[in-house]
Amino acid sequence: MSCWETVQAYGLRSLGIGERLLPREGYDLCQQFTLIGSGLIWNIYFGVLALAAGFFLAVGLALAKGSSRIWLRKPADWFVFVFRGSPLFIQFFLAYQLLVLLPKDGIQLPLGLFTLTIGTDWVTKAWAGALLVLFLNTAAYSAEIFLGALRSIPKGDLEAADAYGLTGWKKFRRIQWPTMLRLAWPAYTNEAIFLFHATTLVFFSGFPAFQQRGDALYYASYFAGKTFNPFVSYPIVAFYFICLTLILIWLFGRVNARLNRHVPSNARVRRARLLPQIVR
Amino acid sequence: MKKLILSAAFAALAAGGALAQDTIRIATEGAYPPFNFVNDAGKPDGFEVELFNQLCEAAELTCEWVTTDWDSIIPNLQSGNYDAIAAGMSITEERKAVIDFTQAYYPATFSAYAAPSADADLSGVVAAQVNTIQAAHVAETDATLLEFATPDEAVAAVRNGEADAVFADNDFLKPVVDESNGEFVWAGEQIQLGEGIGLGIRKSDSELKAKFDAAIQTVKDDGTLNELLKKWFGQDSVTF
Amino acid sequence: MFAYCADPKSLEGLQWLSCYLTTGTHFSFYGSFLIVLVLLFVTAPVALAFGFGGAMAARSPAAPLRWLGKGYMAMVRGVPDIVFFLFFIIALDQGFEWLTHQVRCPDWIDPIRQGLEFRVCPQAKIPPNTAPQMVHQIYNFGLAVVTFAIVFGAFAANVLAGAMSAVPRAQLETGEAYGMTQRQVFRRIMVPQMWIYALPGLSNLWLILIKATPLLFILGIQDAVYWARELGGFKSQTYSYPHPDWRLWYFLGLLIFYLLMTRISEIVLDRITRRLSHGQATAAGEAQRKGAVA
Repeated sequence: MSCWETVQAYGLRSLGIGERLLPREGYDLCQQFTLIGSGLIWNIYFGVLALAAGFFLAVGLALAKGSSRIWLRKPADWFVFVFRGSPLFIQFFLAYQLLVLLPKDGIQLPLGLFTLTIGTDWVTKAWAGALLVLFLNTAAYSAEIFLGALRSIPKGDLEAADAYGLTGWKKFRRIQWPTMLRLAWPAYTNEAIFLFHATTLVFFSGFPAFQQRGDALYYASYFAGKTFNPFVSYPIVAFYFICLTLILIWLFGRVNARLNRHVPSNARVRRARLLPQIVR
Repeated sequence: MKKLILSAAFAALAAGGALAQDTIRIATEGAYPPFNFVNDAGKPDGFEVELFNQLCEAAELTCEWVTTDWDSIIPNLQSGNYDAIAAGMSITEERKAVIDFTQAYYPATFSAYAAPSADADLSGVVAAQVNTIQAAHVAETDATLLEFATPDEAVAAVRNGEADAVFADNDFLKPVVDESNGEFVWAGEQIQLGEGIGLGIRKSDSELKAKFDAAIQTVKDDGTLNELLKKWFGQDSVTF
Repeated sequence: MFAYCADPKSLEGLQWLSCYLTTGTHFSFYGSFLIVLVLLFVTAPVALAFGFGGAMAARSPAAPLRWLGKGYMAMVRGVPDIVFFLFFIIALDQGFEWLTHQVRCPDWIDPIRQGLEFRVCPQAKIPPNTAPQMVHQIYNFGLAVVTFAIVFGAFAANVLAGAMSAVPRAQLETGEAYGMTQRQVFRRIMVPQMWIYALPGLSNLWLILIKATPLLFILGIQDAVYWARELGGFKSQTYSYPHPDWRLWYFLGLLIFYLLMTRISEIVLDRITRRLSHGQATAAGEAQRKGAVA
């Protein structure tokens, strides 16, 4: 099989498109790069969706945590503590165990005239269950970052807002929100990188691979299991992830530049002050 | 002080290679009863452990057990972190390409399906342990393969309805089915896979392989192997 | 453990439980928590040393050293730790043995690599094959510590490099004005002053390190997660204490352990921050000063 044919057969294997059986001979570099690259689709899927959805929950959580109302603050505190305080590895396991406890035939919701049946079998699948865990996990971490940023908004900015008569939603939308994002962005970039790295845990320990559709690490361990040589397939995953990380850093850097476009001279000083908090 | 000098001398002797081959480190998974498991005292136990302790004693070798992760068991053998693998490892073409096996000390295993009912859909979703001959077999059937890191998780998947059936080694599934109070029954035919279970040894260690080959032949001939098989796998166990 | 545990299958209720929880394997399980703690406390300083080296290299005026430092930070931080663990520990082990082989067996003619096999002379094996099991375990543990330290050292390097550039320039200039050499300025001003800036990043790193310990089992260390899986799994009648799949309970126990570890760390780190902020030209230090005056 030429390399191009391999790409055609396995390029989308992780989605169930193409050759049904995984390669059983050869295991050359082309096969490994193709299949592991195809698995990367899942890593990107989990990373992008969890990050996008988690962003909004995180902002909500940060506001709840910073709220003076105890019934808002306490649940948010606990949520963040549990998800930040325990290993993702264990969260995946527990989530899977809890999700399979849901009734198999779906949940019946009697709505007066008719009964709504919500299917539950899909939540134990990785694409939904693992996404849910990653979403909650990244929301908890990001909430902490956003809260830190909210708290370090310069006092002068808020006083200026008051002086202009901005209150409530308007003050948040015009003053707090943009400054929070700007201050939180370097740390949030790191969170995004960590989240993409965390997606490799999905099939490794948490959720079963369905019809041998897995992520980059899943196919790498398939090859390592077939060739008994860990020094080829795992470094390929590492290579892919270094590329992915570089792209992420570039993308987030672009956003960062846009967020900071109005603070040209100060940028260097601010950056220096924020650097220590970059790693979560 | 005297003791110190003595042990230093001993270490030097050992490092000189004189005693180097007399300790054989055997790796096992410790999670595959009754072949190998960690007993309640925290020590490796099971059919393979008892068999090779006997063989080592007969061959006047000191054997030590190392429990290790299944996924990296062959790379670590090749890296020299231990000298042999006795972990219920079936002899297959793929494995033979990278390591050597002694003759089988356990006949070609029967693998079987266990499911909630005897007429379960074996071309539906079937669970198996990742990187095993069973998983490779299911991947080639019409069934949808669902892979788990450990055989326990594969069984659990059937219990909670994730999968229609679990395909695993017959001897592993037997206690699961027997003790499930009807929750699990056998489904479909038993299938013989692989060429039996042998002791995995580095290709360059032909001397060690010959030693264990001979030792296994002895216990095969005098019937002690069959006794052990019956002890661990029940009276109706397959024998040589 | 207890005298009545001799025949576990005849026991019931609390007696059964007390025997079950005191089996040898359970003591290994409890011991594994200790292993996790020891690893954390050994790894943290080693990782910090790696981080310090990395940060200094990345800030070095010599270009090759700077590339090395920056490359180390970028490479290791770009790779998921789990992927790194899966192949690195074997490579590290082989690297050490290769080095001892070069020293101890210069006359060895057989190739070291035969296909996938890695074969050094018996004298170069670390530890020697005849060494007691304990030595092997300690060596494995050491390898795991170094692997962890390399990964977390890269993150620490990033934090420390940031902290070094965060030390106010004026403080360093003051040192220079007193006639200190570059080296003295670094040792007497930069290093003592940078910790307050590094602390938030380092505390975060410590918390991440705690949460990375479940990956220890990949490195061949039987840690708490390994035992929780092992003990919690379905146990047939082959075992003295048969029970159904109890992994959920074991993992809930682990969850509590990790939450406690996090909580305790947060409290301790909070104290350290307050101490380090004392007299510093930062917002927190300023707040302390005002508090003391009032």
